[in-house]
Amino acid sequence: MSMLHRLFNFHGGVKPAYNKEASTQQPIAVSPAPTFLVIPLHQSIGGTPRPLVQAGDKVLKGQRIGEADGNVSSAVHASTSGTVTAVEMRLMPHTSGLPALCVVIEPDGRDEWITRTPFDYRNATPTQTRDYLRDAGVVGLGGAVFPSHLKLNPGKSGKLDTLVINGAECEPFITCDDVLMRERAEATVKGIAIMREMLAAGRVLVGIEDNKPEAIAAMEKAVAGEKDMAVIVVPTRYPAGGAKQLIRVLTGIEVPHGKRSTDYGVQCFNVGTAYAIYEAIALGQPLVSRIVTVAGNVEKARNYEVLFGTPMADLIALCDAKPDTDRLIMGGPMMGVRMPADSVPVVKATNCVLVGSPILFPPPPPEMPCIRCGECAKACPADLQPFELYWFSRAKIFGKAQEYNLFDCIECGCCAYVCPSHIPLVDYYRFAKSEIWAREKEKEAADEARVRYEFRLFREEREKEEKAARLAAKTAAGREKAAAALASVDQPTTTPEEDAKKALIAAALERAKAQKADAAPQNTEQLTSEQQAEIAAIEARRAEIREMAKPHLPPDN
Amino acid sequence: MNNSPYFLKPASVQSVMLRVLAALIPGIAVYVWFFGAAILVQIGLASAAALVAEAIMLKLRGKPLALFLTDGSALVTAWLIALTFPSIAPWWLTVLGTLIAIVVAKHLYGGLGQNPFNPAMVAFALMIVAYPQLMSQWPAVGATEFATQLDAIFGFRHLDAMAMATPLDALRTALHTAEAKATVAGVLGENAAVGNIGGKGWEWIGAGYLLGGVWLVQQRIITWHMPVAFLATLFAVAGLFSLIDNAQFAGPLFHVFTGGAMLGAFFIVTDPVSGATTPKGKLIFAAGVALLTWVIRTFGAYPDGIAFAVLLMNIAVPLIDMYTQPAVFGHKNGEHS
Amino acid sequence: MISAILVMALGAIVLGAALGYAAVKFRVEGDPLVEKIDAILPQTQCGQCGFPGCKPYAEAIAKGEAEINQCPPGGEEGIRKLADLLGREVKELSAEHGIEKPKAVAFIDEQICIGCTLCIQACPVDAIIGAAKQMHTIVADQCTGCELCLPPCPVNCISMEPLPESVETWKWKYPVFAIKPATKEVA
Repeated sequence: MSMLHRLFNFHGGVKPAYNKEASTQQPIAVSPAPTFLVIPLHQSIGGTPRPLVQAGDKVLKGQRIGEADGNVSSAVHASTSGTVTAVEMRLMPHTSGLPALCVVIEPDGRDEWITRTPFDYRNATPTQTRDYLRDAGVVGLGGAVFPSHLKLNPGKSGKLDTLVINGAECEPFITCDDVLMRERAEATVKGIAIMREMLAAGRVLVGIEDNKPEAIAAMEKAVAGEKDMAVIVVPTRYPAGGAKQLIRVLTGIEVPHGKRSTDYGVQCFNVGTAYAIYEAIALGQPLVSRIVTVAGNVEKARNYEVLFGTPMADLIALCDAKPDTDRLIMGGPMMGVRMPADSVPVVKATNCVLVGSPILFPPPPPEMPCIRCGECAKACPADLQPFELYWFSRAKIFGKAQEYNLFDCIECGCCAYVCPSHIPLVDYYRFAKSEIWAREKEKEAADEARVRYEFRLFREEREKEEKAARLAAKTAAGREKAAAALASVDQPTTTPEEDAKKALIAAALERAKAQKADAAPQNTEQLTSEQQAEIAAIEARRAEIREMAKPHLPPDN
Repeated sequence: MNNSPYFLKPASVQSVMLRVLAALIPGIAVYVWFFGAAILVQIGLASAAALVAEAIMLKLRGKPLALFLTDGSALVTAWLIALTFPSIAPWWLTVLGTLIAIVVAKHLYGGLGQNPFNPAMVAFALMIVAYPQLMSQWPAVGATEFATQLDAIFGFRHLDAMAMATPLDALRTALHTAEAKATVAGVLGENAAVGNIGGKGWEWIGAGYLLGGVWLVQQRIITWHMPVAFLATLFAVAGLFSLIDNAQFAGPLFHVFTGGAMLGAFFIVTDPVSGATTPKGKLIFAAGVALLTWVIRTFGAYPDGIAFAVLLMNIAVPLIDMYTQPAVFGHKNGEHS
Repeated sequence: MISAILVMALGAIVLGAALGYAAVKFRVEGDPLVEKIDAILPQTQCGQCGFPGCKPYAEAIAKGEAEINQCPPGGEEGIRKLADLLGREVKELSAEHGIEKPKAVAFIDEQICIGCTLCIQACPVDAIIGAAKQMHTIVADQCTGCELCLPPCPVNCISMEPLPESVETWKWKYPVFAIKPATKEVA
C-alpha cells in the first residue's frame, strides 16, 4: 500500500550525520525514581497551571498537582507517589537559565497510582473528552508541547480528510519515537484510532523516514487490521519530521504560517502523543512519563522511560557520560537548547538529552561576512531567503524582517548548518523574533495605557461638570453662587468639604503613625548615627522629588 | 558557547573561493597554449597586488588579517582582472587595476560581502576608460615568445609587432569606422587570427571556461540560472540580428565564444555578492547583462561590453531582488498571512 | 523664444493642476504627525518631560516647541525612533528630565496604607484600586511605572518594584560577533 502512495517534495533540507544507531541497540529501559522530583508547573504552550498542592501534602502517582489555567493550558501530575516538600522557584530546562514555579516531591518508593479508570470517550461529548485530555496533561510530545485537546477538534466542517501521524523523527541522535514504534506499535495504533474517531478523519497516514526499517515493519503490522490507515515511508532528509514538511510530503498540502491545518483538512500528531492518548483514555493514566533518548558523548546511549521531574543529572548517570562532557542539550543537535545546569528536570518537551563535548560539537569557526552565496536559501524548508532575514535582523530593521516572512521561519537550523561563512543565522532570527514579540507586548501595553489615560481625562472632565451642575442645583442662593462654584472649580481653592477631608486624612495619618509605632518600633528606634544620616538624606531626596513632581502633575490634582 | 545547530557542514568561504580559482585553470591553460605564458605573469602580478592591498586595507579597518587574507576572495578578483586585461598590458596597468578593485570597489564599500559592484569589472571599466589604447593591445596568436612578452609587460619596447586587436575589436572597428562595405564575413575571414567560431584561440579559451564553469555548477558553487540565462540571451539576440542582416551583425556562436562571454557567464556574472540572489532574479540579472553586452559590443565604442553591462545591472540588483522574492512555504497561491 | 515660454508655462499649469488635485484628493485628516509621535511615546503619562502627559508632549514636539530627548521611559530607543520619524539628530537623553530606568511597577505596602485615596487621584491610568479608608492595591498589569503615586502618599507606603525577568519575558540576546568583540563602530 505504501508503495502506491504519491509523495511530494519539500524545498531545501539537509542531510547531516544521523548518529541514531548507538541508542537503538537496546530496548527501552525504565529510569528509576530519583531522590527528588522537580516538576515544573509550566510544561506546555499556554497558561501556567495553578498549583493544587502545598509543602507537606501526600500525593499519589498521577494525582493532579497543577490545574490547567484556562483552556489553552494543560494539567500537571505527580509522577510518582510521595510527599510534596516544596512549591518553589527552581531552575527550568530553558536556555535562559531562569527559575519558575516547580513542585518538589520526595518519592516514597511505593510508586502508588491513583485509581485509574479508563475514559469512555464513545459515550462522552467531544468537549468532555477534550476536557478530560486537558486534565490528563496530554500535550504534543514531538517537542512543541502544544496541548493536544486543542488539536483534537475537527473544526467547522466536523470532519477531517487526513490525519497525519508523525513518526519521521528527522533530527540526528534522537530515537525515542523509533523505539516507541518498535516496541509499542499496537498501543500507539490504538491511540491513533481514538484520535481518528475524535477527528472523524477519513484516512490516516503514518509517515516514517526510511532509515527506521524496524519501526516501519512494526507499525505496518500494527496498522494491518485498520481501515484506511497506512504507513508511508518517506525519504530521510532533515527536517522531514517538521509537522508542516511532513504534511506537505504526505499530502502535498502546504499549511501557511498562522493558519490552522484543520482548515486545510489535515491535522498532525506525533506518535508519542498517540501513545499518550492511548494511555490516558484506554488506561486512565495521565501523562507522568515519556521516552527520552540519552545519546551523544556517553558510553551507553539508550532510551529510557523517564518520570517527569527527574533531574537530567540522574538520567545521564545511567549512561556514563564521558569525562570531556561540556554541555547538556535538550533535543537534537539541529534545534536543541542548551541546558543551564544538569540539575534541570526532564519535562514533557524532553525528547532527548544530548550530551555534548568539544569534539562532538566543536565551537564554530570564526564568523565571516555573508557573501550572499544563497546556500541558505537552497537549504531553507520554508522557502525563505535566510540571508535577507539575516541582514534585516542584524541591522534591527524588524519591520523589513517581518515583510520577508521572518515568522514563517521554523528555526530548523538548516541555513546555519550550510552557511560557508559560519554565521549563527538562527540566533539572529531568534533575537529578532523575541524583540518583535516584546515590542508588540509593549505596544499593546502602551495602547491600553493611552486608552485608560484618555478615559480618565474624559471622566475627570465629566465629573467636574457634574459637580458644578450639582452645586448649581443644590445651592439655595441660586445662580450667582452656582457661577461662583464653577469659577472655584476652575481655580481650586479649599472648600469646607476639602478641609474636612484633610482633617480626616490627618487623623488617619495619626492613627497610622501610632499603628506603625506599635507594629515596628525597633525599626526607627535605637538607630546608629549613620542610619539616621541615611534616613535624613532619603527624606531630603523625597522632599526634593515631591517638589520636582509638582509642576508635572496635571493642574487639577 | 553557541546555540543550535551545534554542528555545521564542513563549508567555508575559503573552499568556495578556492574552487572558483580551480575552475579557472582549464581556461588559463588554453590561454597559455595560444597566447603564451604572459598571462601567468599577469596573474602573479595581480595576485600579489591584491594580497598586499587587501592586507593593508584589513589592517586599516581593524579586521583580523589571517582570517580574511586567506579567504581567497582577493585572489578571485585578482585572477579575473588578469584574465580580462590584455596579457601583454604593462605591469602597472594590471597593478593599478587591482588596487582600484580591492581598495575602492571592495573595501571602501565595506569589504567582503558588502560591495554593490563587481570589483574586477570596476577595475576593467575604469582602466578601459582611462587607457583605451593599452587595454586594446592583445597578443597575436602564436606570438608566444616569453621574453618578448616580458619585455612588453615590464619594458618600454614598442609592441606593434606582436600586438593586435581581438576579433571582437577588429570587427567593431571595421564595421564602424571603415567603409560601409565591410561585412562580418569579410572582416572575420580576412583576419589571420580569427578562427571559425569565436576567433582563433578565443573559442578554445571559452571552451576551457565552459568546462570549469560546468564543474562549478556540479559543485553547487553556482547555480545554472545565471550562465544559462546569460548565454541563452546572448545567443538569442545575436542570432536574431544576424538573421536580419548577417553582413552587419555577427552570428550567435561568435558572440558566445568570443571575448569575455564564457568567462563572464560562469565567473563574472555569477559573483554572488554584487549579483541578484533569487532564482528568478538571477535569470533577469544575467539576461540583462547579456542584452547590454550585445548592445555595447555592437553599437558601443569599447571592444567588449561585459564590464559595463555587469556594472549597469549591479545597480538594478536591489530592485530585481525585491520584486522576485520567491513565494514562501504555504503562500504559493498568492495567499498572505 | 515665445514657444519656449509657452511650453514652460503650459508645463507649470499642468503640474500645478496635478499638485492641486492631489492635495484635494489625498488630503489627510487631523494631524497625523502628532498621532505618529504619540504612538512612539511609551504612554507612561509620567510627566517627566515637563508636559502633563504623552499626548501634550507629542503635540509640543510636533510644533517644534520641545526636544525629542525629554522622555526617560522611552529611553534611547524612543529618541532614535523619534529622530527617524522627524528627521532630527539623535541626542542623548536630557539629564534634567531624568534617567532611563529598568521598567518597574508600583507596589503598595498594604500594612502601612491608610486608605487616603491620594494615590488613586494621582494615577494617570486608573491602575490603583481602593476606596476611602480602605486599603489600596495596584493592578500591576496596568501600572506604567510613572511614579506619580509616590509623592502624594502621606505615609510613603508605595515603592517601585523592578519587574524581574521570567522564562516568559526572557529575550534572546543580540548575537555576539566573534570577529570584532565589544568594539562599537562609529556610524
